[in-house]
Amino acid sequence: MQNYHQPEIECASPEEIRKIQDERLAATVKRVYDNVPYYKKLMDDKGVTPGDVKSVDDLYKLPFVSKSDLRDAYPYGLLAAPLSDCVRIHSTSGTTGKRVVAFYTQNDINLWDDCCARAIVAAGGTTDDVVHVSYGYGLFTGGMGLHGGAQRAGCLTLPMSSGNTERQIQFMTDLGSTILCCTPSYAEYLAETIQEMGLRDQIRLKAGIFGAEAWSEEMRERLEANLGIKAYDIYGLTEIIGPGVSFECSEQTGMHVNEDHFIPEIINPETGEVLPEGEKGELVFTCISKEAFPLLRYRTRDICILSRKKCACGRTLIKMAKPMGRSDDMLIIRGVNVFPSQIETVLLAYGLSANYQIIVDRINHSDTLEVCVEMNPEMFSDSVKVIESREKELMEKLKNMLGIAAKVTLKAPKSMSRSEGKAVRVIDKRKI
Amino acid sequence: MTIDQISVFVENKPGRLVEVIEALGAKGIDMRAMSIADTSDFGILRLIVDKPQEALAVLRDADCVTSVTQVIAVAVSDTPGSLAKILRLLSDAGISIEYVYAFITHEKGGAYVIVRVEDNDKAIGVLTKSGVRLLSSGELYDM
Repeated sequence: MQNYHQPEIECASPEEIRKIQDERLAATVKRVYDNVPYYKKLMDDKGVTPGDVKSVDDLYKLPFVSKSDLRDAYPYGLLAAPLSDCVRIHSTSGTTGKRVVAFYTQNDINLWDDCCARAIVAAGGTTDDVVHVSYGYGLFTGGMGLHGGAQRAGCLTLPMSSGNTERQIQFMTDLGSTILCCTPSYAEYLAETIQEMGLRDQIRLKAGIFGAEAWSEEMRERLEANLGIKAYDIYGLTEIIGPGVSFECSEQTGMHVNEDHFIPEIINPETGEVLPEGEKGELVFTCISKEAFPLLRYRTRDICILSRKKCACGRTLIKMAKPMGRSDDMLIIRGVNVFPSQIETVLLAYGLSANYQIIVDRINHSDTLEVCVEMNPEMFSDSVKVIESREKELMEKLKNMLGIAAKVTLKAPKSMSRSEGKAVRVIDKRKI
Repeated sequence: MTIDQISVFVENKPGRLVEVIEALGAKGIDMRAMSIADTSDFGILRLIVDKPQEALAVLRDADCVTSVTQVIAVAVSDTPGSLAKILRLLSDAGISIEYVYAFITHEKGGAYVIVRVEDNDKAIGVLTKSGVRLLSSGELYDM
């Protein structure tokens, strides 16, 4: 079985891919320079003109963009197509609370569908498959991204979204879902619930496509054994397009980057210098096909390695390793990006001290977030009722900022002050 | 006729309560009455002491978060039904009670309750009009 969605791209020769990249890059840089004043200024400041970028070899000349640019240009400042051409928005959280919004034209949606379809087909998806999408639908890119890909691949698509696990399992057994798309931690929870309900022999899953959070090889083995599937990784980020920036093939030795649309680079996060293939550094992407929101040299902050080694699956697309960490302090909690600075912003606005501690754990396959804050005279009262209502108000504000619930725990004053050296703000107890 | 009550935030962690109590004891501060309100996360220690200002200074030095609340100390005869009588008076006057805690002293053989209400003046009026004896802070500190 071939398992390619677009073999002419997925198995193209490096020269063919390079030709596509050169043409698309030059055209995108020109279009962005002409249409987006924010980019024009960045490029002018660096003394680069569109004429300087004729091929991938010239990519290094372009300035980087990062999350702070997205914040400064919020919401329309990086839009490269007329708003009237845009048909959809997705969003993710920003570093200090301002959300990142990404725009899509119909052509952008179409190419995204193809990217996700490549992942689904690589995982064995055909027109005979039932794809069960348990990523959240909505502003989050997970649900609608895989949904579009499954439909593009001609699969019967179940838009389950997240939550209501018993109903998920009922659909899975009644309709014979064969490919599950969700976060790896939710897949573990589903597997456990299926065991408890004694329905393991009624599950017809053959593959799972899991992403949006970190997972380990041990977790892969567990999921494969407990669900009777082959488990595939998928990578993406809203700023670039969503899931499907890269995807795993049956070799399970890294993810093929859809480099006809997104050019990857690895840089030294300290100096910005481009590193040779095979070296570990920060992953940077340049969008060369997108119309509405084509970020150039976007710093993902993911630490990663790229490899052009020949893959036994037949694909020639460059492979990236599973991200090995971050060059910033972003946490991924229940698939949601959380920055300690967001939490700090809420605490300071609430009159609390910046001495706080964030404890992340995984209990029953679900991530938990606890924010420990020091009690202060403004928050204190002789009435339990009053303190609890203030606590609740603070949790409400955190939820509004982060998009996920956080538990607040009140600690004694000065109990979390730095004693010596750097204070530990984040404790991640998750074993994955 | 109100009394200064000191409330102290106590983190839910072994040893926290004893640290606070020891700090007060070490400075010769005598407790007249105390109660603890606790939740799963934290506790509030409520204290009536003989030297409130000194106690506050000690607690501040021990990095405690405190607040001072005005409460009423009511003398109750040590017989069945006498507390109910007092609470009934407040209830009939539409005064809702935030919390109550009791203490007894060996000297006078009587029982006392500390009452925390929203409107102290109204509660004091209702109780004194009905002949209920309230303690002044001076009386309480000298017990």
